[in-house]
Amino acid sequence: MLCGCAAPFLKDCRVAATKPLSSVLRPLSSDMDSTQSFRFFNRGPSPAVRLVFFAVLSLLLLFVDARYRYLESTRSALSVLVAPIQQLATMPSILWQQASSFFVTQHKLVDENKLLHQRHQLDAAQLSQFQALQQENQQLRNLLALAQRSEFTAQLAEIVYAERDVFKRRVLINKGANGDVRIGQVVMDDVGIVGQVTRVYPWLSAVTLITEKDHAVPVQVLRNGLRTIVFGAGDTSQLSLRYMPVSSDIQTGDMLVTSGIDGIYPPGIPVARVEKIERDAAYPFARITCLPVAGVDSHRHLLILSGLHELPEPPVEQVVTAKTRKGVSAKERDPEAP
Amino acid sequence: MPYSDSTSQQIQRPVSNTFIVLSVLAALLLNGLPWEGVWLMLRPDFVAVVLLYWCMHKPQRVGVGLSWAVGILADVADASLFGQHALAYTLLAFGGVVLHRRLQMFNLRQQTTQVFGIFVLTYAVYALVHWQVNGYVVWAYFFGCLTSTLLWAPLSITLQAMRQMRMDRDRT
Repeated sequence: MLCGCAAPFLKDCRVAATKPLSSVLRPLSSDMDSTQSFRFFNRGPSPAVRLVFFAVLSLLLLFVDARYRYLESTRSALSVLVAPIQQLATMPSILWQQASSFFVTQHKLVDENKLLHQRHQLDAAQLSQFQALQQENQQLRNLLALAQRSEFTAQLAEIVYAERDVFKRRVLINKGANGDVRIGQVVMDDVGIVGQVTRVYPWLSAVTLITEKDHAVPVQVLRNGLRTIVFGAGDTSQLSLRYMPVSSDIQTGDMLVTSGIDGIYPPGIPVARVEKIERDAAYPFARITCLPVAGVDSHRHLLILSGLHELPEPPVEQVVTAKTRKGVSAKERDPEAP
Repeated sequence: MPYSDSTSQQIQRPVSNTFIVLSVLAALLLNGLPWEGVWLMLRPDFVAVVLLYWCMHKPQRVGVGLSWAVGILADVADASLFGQHALAYTLLAFGGVVLHRRLQMFNLRQQTTQVFGIFVLTYAVYALVHWQVNGYVVWAYFFGCLTSTLLWAPLSITLQAMRQMRMDRDRT
């Protein structure tokens, strides 16, 4: 005990020969701080003052970040600092996956290869048919002078990790601003829509899943073309169709595909399948739960879609008239009138 | 020595800044492991526990300001709003610094009940901000403060032992 007590003191004495007195006294008193109830030296503002200062600073940052989103550049700059830690943290799982994929048996590989060959042949047949249909569709659209369906290209990305926040349903993928990813791009897996890019870092981007609470995807019932919007439920891996009248023509098992009228999601990609419908006459709307088609919680490889064509701007005239009709009274409009 | 009966109350050992920084970085790393599903729900907030430990044992070194800075880093790492973790950790550090004399008098079991309150406050602030911004709260989130509290005793013992080890090495 005595020895442990003396060691820091001795150390400090040795340092004292080379350093000014003030720098020596600091560690000395900080070693003793718990045993005495008074302070030798003034250490700047008290904890309460600091608390108020930093709490107000945090609240200010929160307000600016939540309202105006001015801090994205600061965030991406700081993310460079945090990125090594994150990469280190995801290393074990990636190594484990690589190791387990290395030790796959040959038998399994041969089986898988055979299966893939079969599927490839089937798909190739369907693809040729699809190309013929596409040609035909294009010609028909030309004949009818309709706008061409836009084609999109896809970029393959891998999920680095899922967001570590109970409140959110997001994943981070390994393509960022350096890989030409932009906010708002749609992300899908091989069967359907998974989510949308909501935040872009230099080497990463965050994808909000369609199951995130209040995340909306404009969809269409494949069977009858009924347009609606599907929302994420947030707490479970489910989706819900809101504001559908009790009498609407929708059945269990209906496939919902993107309608494409929003200009963000390309048309015709599967989103969800209707799971359960509760029609209660006491409520104006039916309660409809759907399950996403894509493996929203399971897959590792995702496709980022790009190259969607921009929709024409909404006509300006209508917006102006709507505004004047709503907000401006006749009196205020009078001076403008000729 | 007035409190020599308490287990944690040995002579205050010096601790290097490197050790403090490394422990906080390790906590950020542990928070950053790919937790999912139930495990994510039960994940203790390692950073909060480590910060509270240092605020209690070295209140002159690690205080409100440093905790705020670590909170900002945690905000970037978790992609939460700027200031969300920072605000919570600021309060946590304030609790730790203000109560450090009292906490040091207690043994580990008594400390555990005391830090539970601080963790609940920290988690509540985080959830409150989320509720204000997004309008809903996932109650399962509060499991985290239970596991964080359970982590307090093992983590205290580990850090204490590591400090002792470093000191023994320095002495030889």
